[in-house]
Amino acid sequence: MPQTIVILGCGRVGSTLAKQMSGEGHDVTVIDLTSDAFRRLGNKFKVHRLVGSGLDQDLLKRAGLERASAFIAVTQGDNSNIMAAQIAREVFHVERVVARIYDPIRAQAYRELGITTLCTTTLAAGLIHDSALGEGQGEALLQASQTWDKVYLEQRC
Amino acid sequence: MYVIVVGGGKIGYYLTKQLLTEGHEVLLLEKDRRRQSAMAEQLGEVVMQGDGCEVRIMSEAGFGRADVIVAVTGDDEDNLVICQMAKKNFQAPRTVARVNDPANMVLFDKLGIDTTVSSTQIIFNLLEQQIEPGEIIPLGALKNGNIEVVAINVSERSPVLGQTIQDLRLPGNALIISVVRSDNAMIPQKDTRFENGDSVIAMVVAEEEPQLRHIFAEAHS
Repeated sequence: MPQTIVILGCGRVGSTLAKQMSGEGHDVTVIDLTSDAFRRLGNKFKVHRLVGSGLDQDLLKRAGLERASAFIAVTQGDNSNIMAAQIAREVFHVERVVARIYDPIRAQAYRELGITTLCTTTLAAGLIHDSALGEGQGEALLQASQTWDKVYLEQRC
Repeated sequence: MYVIVVGGGKIGYYLTKQLLTEGHEVLLLEKDRRRQSAMAEQLGEVVMQGDGCEVRIMSEAGFGRADVIVAVTGDDEDNLVICQMAKKNFQAPRTVARVNDPANMVLFDKLGIDTTVSSTQIIFNLLEQQIEPGEIIPLGALKNGNIEVVAINVSERSPVLGQTIQDLRLPGNALIISVVRSDNAMIPQKDTRFENGDSVIAMVVAEEEPQLRHIFAEAHS
Protein backbone atom coordinates (compact mmCIF):
# COMPACT_ATOMS: atom_id res chain seq x y z
CA MET A 1 0.00 0.00 0.00
CA PRO A 2 1.43 3.42 -0.90
CA GLN A 3 2.61 5.37 2.13
CA THR A 4 3.33 9.03 2.74
CA ILE A 5 6.99 9.45 3.59
CA VAL A 6 8.97 12.56 4.51
CA ILE A 7 12.77 12.51 4.20
CA LEU A 8 14.96 15.19 5.75
CA GLY A 9 18.30 15.66 3.99
CA CYS A 10 18.88 15.15 0.27
CA GLY A 11 22.45 13.86 0.37
CA ARG A 12 23.52 10.51 -1.02
CA VAL A 13 21.42 8.49 1.42
CA GLY A 14 18.37 10.76 1.34
CA SER A 15 18.22 11.03 -2.44
CA THR A 16 18.78 7.29 -2.92
CA LEU A 17 15.95 6.49 -0.51
CA ALA A 18 13.65 9.07 -2.08
CA LYS A 19 14.10 7.68 -5.58
CA GLN A 20 13.74 4.11 -4.44
CA MET A 21 10.59 4.74 -2.39
CA SER A 22 9.04 6.88 -5.09
CA GLY A 23 9.79 4.12 -7.60
CA GLU A 24 7.91 1.72 -5.33
CA GLY A 25 4.85 3.96 -5.58
CA HIS A 26 5.07 5.82 -2.26
CA ASP A 27 4.26 9.50 -1.87
CA VAL A 28 7.66 11.00 -1.00
CA THR A 29 8.62 14.53 0.10
CA VAL A 30 12.26 15.52 0.57
CA ILE A 31 13.40 18.55 2.60
CA ASP A 32 16.83 20.14 2.27
CA LEU A 33 18.38 23.49 3.20
CA THR A 34 19.53 24.12 -0.37
CA SER A 35 17.73 23.55 -3.66
CA ASP A 36 21.08 22.50 -5.14
CA ALA A 37 20.86 19.23 -3.27
CA PHE A 38 17.77 18.24 -5.26
CA ARG A 39 19.89 17.78 -8.38
CA ARG A 40 20.70 14.35 -6.97
CA LEU A 41 17.06 13.37 -7.48
CA GLY A 42 17.18 13.72 -11.28
CA ASN A 43 13.81 13.92 -12.99
CA LYS A 44 12.88 10.32 -13.53
CA PHE A 45 10.98 10.04 -10.25
CA LYS A 46 8.14 12.07 -8.83
CA VAL A 47 9.43 13.41 -5.53
CA HIS A 48 8.07 16.53 -3.77
CA ARG A 49 10.86 18.95 -2.93
CA LEU A 50 10.84 21.52 -0.14
CA VAL A 51 13.65 23.97 0.62
CA GLY A 52 14.09 24.93 4.28
CA SER A 53 14.98 23.80 7.78
CA GLY A 54 13.68 20.46 8.99
CA LEU A 55 13.55 21.91 12.49
CA ASP A 56 10.90 24.45 11.49
CA GLN A 57 7.55 23.04 12.56
CA ASP A 58 5.62 25.13 10.03
CA LEU A 59 7.75 23.73 7.22
CA LEU A 60 7.34 20.17 8.48
CA LYS A 61 3.60 20.72 8.48
CA ARG A 62 3.75 21.90 4.87
CA ALA A 63 5.77 18.78 4.06
CA GLY A 64 2.73 16.77 5.15
CA LEU A 65 4.11 15.36 8.37
CA GLU A 66 0.64 15.26 9.91
CA ARG A 67 -0.39 12.48 7.55
CA ALA A 68 3.03 10.84 7.07
CA SER A 69 3.44 7.24 8.15
CA ALA A 70 7.23 7.52 8.24
CA PHE A 71 9.80 10.26 8.84
CA ILE A 72 13.45 9.72 7.98
CA ALA A 73 16.20 12.11 9.20
CA VAL A 74 19.43 11.72 7.25
CA THR A 75 21.13 15.14 7.29
CA GLN A 76 24.86 15.44 8.00
CA GLY A 77 24.19 16.71 11.53
CA ASP A 78 23.48 14.20 14.29
CA ASN A 79 21.81 16.83 16.43
CA SER A 80 19.58 18.07 13.61
CA ASN A 81 18.49 14.50 12.95
CA ILE A 82 17.83 13.92 16.64
CA MET A 83 15.80 17.10 17.08
CA ALA A 84 13.80 16.65 13.86
CA ALA A 85 13.04 13.06 14.83
CA GLN A 86 11.72 14.18 18.21
CA ILE A 87 9.52 16.85 16.60
CA ALA A 88 8.13 14.19 14.24
CA ARG A 89 7.34 11.94 17.16
CA GLU A 90 6.16 14.36 19.83
CA VAL A 91 4.46 17.06 17.76
CA PHE A 92 3.23 15.20 14.68
CA HIS A 93 2.90 11.70 16.19
CA VAL A 94 4.43 10.01 13.15
CA GLU A 95 4.23 6.24 13.52
CA ARG A 96 7.73 5.32 12.34
CA VAL A 97 10.62 7.73 12.89
CA VAL A 98 14.14 6.75 11.81
CA ALA A 99 17.27 8.84 12.36
CA ARG A 100 20.77 8.21 11.06
CA ILE A 101 23.31 9.09 13.79
CA TYR A 102 27.08 8.94 13.36
CA ASP A 103 27.92 9.05 17.08
CA PRO A 104 27.23 5.60 18.60
CA ILE A 105 26.75 7.03 22.09
CA ARG A 106 24.05 9.44 20.97
CA ALA A 107 22.49 6.69 18.84
CA GLN A 108 22.25 4.46 21.91
CA ALA A 109 20.89 7.23 24.17
CA TYR A 110 18.07 8.19 21.81
CA ARG A 111 17.26 4.59 21.00
CA GLU A 112 16.54 4.21 24.69
CA LEU A 113 14.33 7.30 24.47
CA GLY A 114 12.22 5.58 21.82
CA ILE A 115 13.55 6.76 18.48
CA THR A 116 14.75 4.26 15.92
CA THR A 117 18.37 5.32 15.48
CA LEU A 118 20.79 3.72 13.06
CA CYS A 119 24.43 4.34 13.77
CA THR A 120 26.04 3.95 10.37
CA THR A 121 29.52 4.20 11.92
CA THR A 122 29.27 1.00 13.94
CA LEU A 123 27.02 -0.60 11.34
CA ALA A 124 29.57 -0.10 8.55
CA ALA A 125 32.47 -1.10 10.79
CA GLY A 126 30.64 -4.28 11.78
CA LEU A 127 29.81 -5.18 8.19
CA ILE A 128 33.35 -4.51 7.01
CA HIS A 129 34.73 -6.50 9.92
CA ASP A 130 32.64 -9.53 9.06
CA SER A 131 33.36 -9.46 5.36
CA ALA A 132 37.10 -8.82 5.83
CA LEU A 133 37.46 -11.70 8.26
CA GLY A 134 34.97 -13.95 6.51
CA GLU A 135 33.05 -14.16 9.79
CA GLY A 136 29.40 -13.92 10.71
CA GLN A 137 27.24 -13.07 7.74
CA GLY A 138 30.13 -11.83 5.61
CA GLU A 139 29.10 -13.59 2.42
CA ALA A 140 25.39 -12.78 2.77
CA LEU A 141 26.24 -9.14 3.41
CA LEU A 142 28.30 -8.85 0.27
CA GLN A 143 25.36 -10.19 -1.69
CA ALA A 144 22.98 -7.77 0.00
CA SER A 145 25.35 -4.93 -0.81
CA GLN A 146 25.40 -5.93 -4.47
CA THR A 147 21.61 -6.12 -4.56
CA TRP A 148 21.22 -2.59 -3.18
CA ASP A 149 23.85 -1.24 -5.55
CA LYS A 150 21.88 -2.72 -8.43
CA VAL A 151 18.71 -0.98 -7.24
CA TYR A 152 20.69 2.25 -7.06
CA LEU A 153 22.11 1.90 -10.55
CA GLU A 154 18.69 1.15 -11.99
CA GLN A 155 17.41 4.46 -10.61
CA ARG A 156 20.04 6.51 -12.34
CA CYS A 157 18.87 8.61 -15.15
CA MET B 1 27.31 26.19 42.74
CA TYR B 2 29.09 24.44 39.87
CA VAL B 3 27.76 25.73 36.54
CA ILE B 4 28.80 24.44 33.13
CA VAL B 5 28.16 26.83 30.26
CA VAL B 6 28.27 25.31 26.77
CA GLY B 7 28.83 27.69 23.86
CA GLY B 8 31.32 30.53 23.91
CA GLY B 9 29.42 33.14 21.95
CA LYS B 10 28.63 36.52 23.45
CA ILE B 11 25.97 35.15 25.79
CA GLY B 12 28.23 32.34 27.03
CA TYR B 13 31.12 34.71 27.54
CA TYR B 14 29.26 37.37 29.54
CA LEU B 15 27.31 34.79 31.50
CA THR B 16 30.53 33.06 32.56
CA LYS B 17 32.08 36.37 33.51
CA GLN B 18 29.11 37.33 35.66
CA LEU B 19 28.90 33.94 37.38
CA LEU B 20 32.62 34.13 38.20
CA THR B 21 32.15 37.60 39.69
CA GLU B 22 29.44 36.20 41.93
CA GLY B 23 31.83 33.55 43.20
CA HIS B 24 30.45 30.45 41.47
CA GLU B 25 32.59 27.66 40.08
CA VAL B 26 32.16 27.86 36.30
CA LEU B 27 33.39 25.98 33.27
CA LEU B 28 32.85 27.37 29.78
CA LEU B 29 32.96 24.81 27.00
CA GLU B 30 33.69 26.00 23.47
CA LYS B 31 34.11 23.78 20.41
CA ASP B 32 36.15 26.14 18.26
CA ARG B 33 39.84 26.08 19.23
CA ARG B 34 40.54 29.66 18.21
CA ARG B 35 37.54 31.07 20.03
CA GLN B 36 38.43 29.00 23.07
CA SER B 37 41.98 30.33 23.27
CA ALA B 38 40.83 33.91 22.69
CA MET B 39 38.40 33.60 25.59
CA ALA B 40 40.89 31.79 27.78
CA GLU B 41 43.07 34.89 27.57
CA GLN B 42 40.23 36.89 29.10
CA LEU B 43 38.77 34.40 31.54
CA GLY B 44 41.67 32.04 32.31
CA GLU B 45 41.54 28.32 32.94
CA VAL B 46 37.76 28.10 33.17
CA VAL B 47 37.49 27.91 29.38
CA MET B 48 37.82 24.39 27.98
CA GLN B 49 37.95 23.34 24.35
CA GLY B 50 35.63 20.55 23.26
CA ASP B 51 32.31 19.54 21.73
CA GLY B 52 29.69 19.69 24.48
CA CYS B 53 27.60 17.04 22.69
CA GLU B 54 30.32 14.40 23.02
CA VAL B 55 29.97 12.23 26.10
CA ARG B 56 33.76 11.92 26.48
CA ILE B 57 34.07 15.70 26.71
CA MET B 58 31.08 15.90 29.02
CA SER B 59 32.76 13.48 31.44
CA GLU B 60 36.02 15.42 31.34
CA ALA B 61 34.17 18.66 32.00
CA GLY B 62 32.54 17.16 35.07
CA PHE B 63 28.92 17.05 33.94
CA GLY B 64 28.33 14.45 36.64
CA ARG B 65 28.83 16.91 39.49
CA ALA B 66 27.42 20.06 37.91
CA ASP B 67 24.48 21.77 39.61
CA VAL B 68 23.34 23.45 36.43
CA ILE B 69 24.08 22.92 32.73
CA VAL B 70 23.46 25.97 30.54
CA ALA B 71 23.45 25.42 26.76
CA VAL B 72 23.75 28.70 24.88
CA THR B 73 25.25 27.80 21.52
CA GLY B 74 23.78 29.43 18.43
CA ASP B 75 22.01 26.25 17.33
CA ASP B 76 18.78 25.11 18.92
CA GLU B 77 19.40 21.46 18.02
CA ASP B 78 22.80 21.48 19.77
CA ASN B 79 21.34 23.09 22.88
CA LEU B 80 18.60 20.46 22.98
CA VAL B 81 20.99 17.51 22.65
CA ILE B 82 23.46 18.94 25.22
CA CYS B 83 20.68 19.24 27.81
CA GLN B 84 19.07 15.89 27.03
CA MET B 85 22.39 14.03 27.14
CA ALA B 86 23.27 15.81 30.39
CA LYS B 87 19.98 14.58 31.87
CA LYS B 88 20.15 11.07 30.47
CA ASN B 89 23.83 10.19 30.90
CA PHE B 90 24.80 12.41 33.83
CA GLN B 91 21.53 12.92 35.73
CA ALA B 92 22.02 16.69 35.65
CA PRO B 93 19.64 18.20 38.22
CA ARG B 94 18.96 21.36 36.22
CA THR B 95 19.31 22.23 32.55
CA VAL B 96 18.82 25.57 30.86
CA ALA B 97 18.64 25.91 27.07
CA ARG B 98 18.63 28.92 24.82
CA VAL B 99 16.38 28.79 21.77
CA ASN B 100 16.40 31.06 18.75
CA ASP B 101 13.07 29.93 17.35
CA PRO B 102 10.40 30.77 19.97
CA ALA B 103 8.32 27.87 18.62
CA ASN B 104 10.87 25.55 20.20
CA MET B 105 10.05 26.69 23.74
CA VAL B 106 7.03 24.40 24.00
CA LEU B 107 8.92 21.52 22.38
CA PHE B 108 11.93 21.78 24.70
CA ASP B 109 9.61 21.89 27.68
CA LYS B 110 7.93 18.70 26.47
CA LEU B 111 11.31 17.03 25.91
CA GLY B 112 12.41 17.50 29.51
CA ILE B 113 14.52 20.66 29.46
CA ASP B 114 13.99 22.43 32.80
CA THR B 115 14.20 26.03 31.60
CA THR B 116 14.09 27.41 28.07
CA VAL B 117 15.02 30.99 27.26
CA SER B 118 14.25 32.70 23.98
CA SER B 119 15.83 36.09 23.44
CA THR B 120 13.62 36.49 20.37
CA GLN B 121 10.55 36.09 22.58
CA ILE B 122 11.87 38.43 25.27
CA ILE B 123 12.57 41.20 22.77
CA PHE B 124 9.21 40.62 21.11
CA ASN B 125 7.43 40.93 24.47
CA LEU B 126 9.27 44.16 25.21
CA LEU B 127 8.27 45.58 21.84
CA GLU B 128 4.65 44.58 22.35
CA GLN B 129 4.62 46.44 25.65
CA GLN B 130 5.59 49.66 23.94
CA ILE B 131 2.82 49.73 21.42
CA GLU B 132 -0.09 52.09 21.48
CA PRO B 133 -3.07 51.94 23.81
CA GLY B 134 -5.87 49.79 22.53
CA GLU B 135 -3.45 47.09 21.53
CA ILE B 136 -3.05 43.87 23.45
CA ILE B 137 -0.12 43.53 25.86
CA PRO B 138 0.88 39.97 26.73
CA LEU B 139 1.43 39.52 30.48
CA GLY B 140 2.21 35.85 30.45
CA ALA B 141 1.25 32.43 29.22
CA LEU B 142 0.05 29.47 31.22
CA LYS B 143 2.60 26.69 31.23
CA ASN B 144 1.75 23.73 29.01
CA GLY B 145 -1.25 25.49 27.60
CA ASN B 146 -1.97 27.94 24.89
CA ILE B 147 -3.84 30.32 27.15
CA GLU B 148 -2.46 33.83 27.38
CA VAL B 149 -3.04 36.46 29.99
CA VAL B 150 -3.19 39.86 28.34
CA ALA B 151 -3.84 43.49 29.23
CA ILE B 152 -5.74 45.89 27.00
CA ASN B 153 -5.86 49.63 27.59
CA VAL B 154 -9.09 51.49 26.97
CA SER B 155 -8.68 54.99 25.56
CA GLU B 156 -11.10 57.71 24.55
CA ARG B 157 -11.06 56.37 21.00
CA SER B 158 -11.83 52.81 22.00
CA PRO B 159 -15.07 51.37 20.56
CA VAL B 160 -15.92 49.73 23.91
CA LEU B 161 -16.00 53.06 25.75
CA GLY B 162 -19.27 53.33 27.65
CA GLN B 163 -20.24 49.75 26.91
CA THR B 164 -20.69 47.05 29.54
CA ILE B 165 -19.09 43.62 29.53
CA GLN B 166 -22.39 41.99 28.57
CA ASP B 167 -22.59 44.30 25.53
CA LEU B 168 -19.38 42.81 24.13
CA ARG B 169 -19.43 39.88 21.77
CA LEU B 170 -16.42 38.18 23.30
CA PRO B 171 -14.93 35.15 21.59
CA GLY B 172 -16.00 31.86 23.20
CA ASN B 173 -12.64 31.20 24.80
CA ALA B 174 -11.94 34.60 26.30
CA LEU B 175 -12.61 35.72 29.84
CA ILE B 176 -12.24 39.19 31.31
CA ILE B 177 -10.79 38.56 34.77
CA SER B 178 -10.20 42.08 36.00
CA VAL B 179 -10.64 45.74 35.18
CA VAL B 180 -7.98 48.02 36.66
CA ARG B 181 -9.27 51.57 37.19
CA SER B 182 -7.12 54.27 38.84
CA ASP B 183 -4.81 51.61 40.29
CA ASN B 184 -7.70 49.59 41.73
CA ALA B 185 -8.19 46.11 40.37
CA MET B 186 -11.87 45.13 40.32
CA ILE B 187 -13.51 41.80 39.74
CA PRO B 188 -15.74 42.75 36.81
CA GLN B 189 -19.50 42.17 36.78
CA LYS B 190 -21.58 41.80 33.68
CA ASP B 191 -22.73 45.40 34.01
CA THR B 192 -19.23 46.83 34.53
CA ARG B 193 -18.96 49.79 32.16
CA PHE B 194 -15.64 50.56 30.44
CA GLU B 195 -14.13 53.98 31.08
CA ASN B 196 -11.29 55.90 29.54
CA GLY B 197 -7.99 54.79 31.12
CA ASP B 198 -9.20 51.33 32.18
CA SER B 199 -6.81 48.48 31.86
CA VAL B 200 -8.67 45.28 31.04
CA ILE B 201 -7.02 42.01 32.06
CA ALA B 202 -8.21 38.99 30.12
CA MET B 203 -7.43 35.32 29.63
CA VAL B 204 -7.72 34.14 26.08
CA VAL B 205 -6.86 31.08 24.03
CA ALA B 206 -4.04 32.13 21.69
CA GLU B 207 -6.02 31.42 18.51
CA GLU B 208 -8.84 33.74 19.56
CA GLU B 209 -6.60 36.62 20.54
CA PRO B 210 -7.08 38.39 17.18
CA GLN B 211 -10.86 38.44 17.75
CA LEU B 212 -10.36 39.93 21.19
CA ARG B 213 -8.00 42.47 19.70
CA HIS B 214 -10.62 43.40 17.12
CA ILE B 215 -13.26 44.17 19.77
CA PHE B 216 -11.00 46.60 21.60
CA ALA B 217 -9.18 48.01 18.56
CA GLU B 218 -9.30 51.74 18.16
CA ALA B 219 -10.73 53.30 15.11
CA HIS B 220 -7.70 54.81 13.44
CA SER B 221 -8.33 58.34 12.28
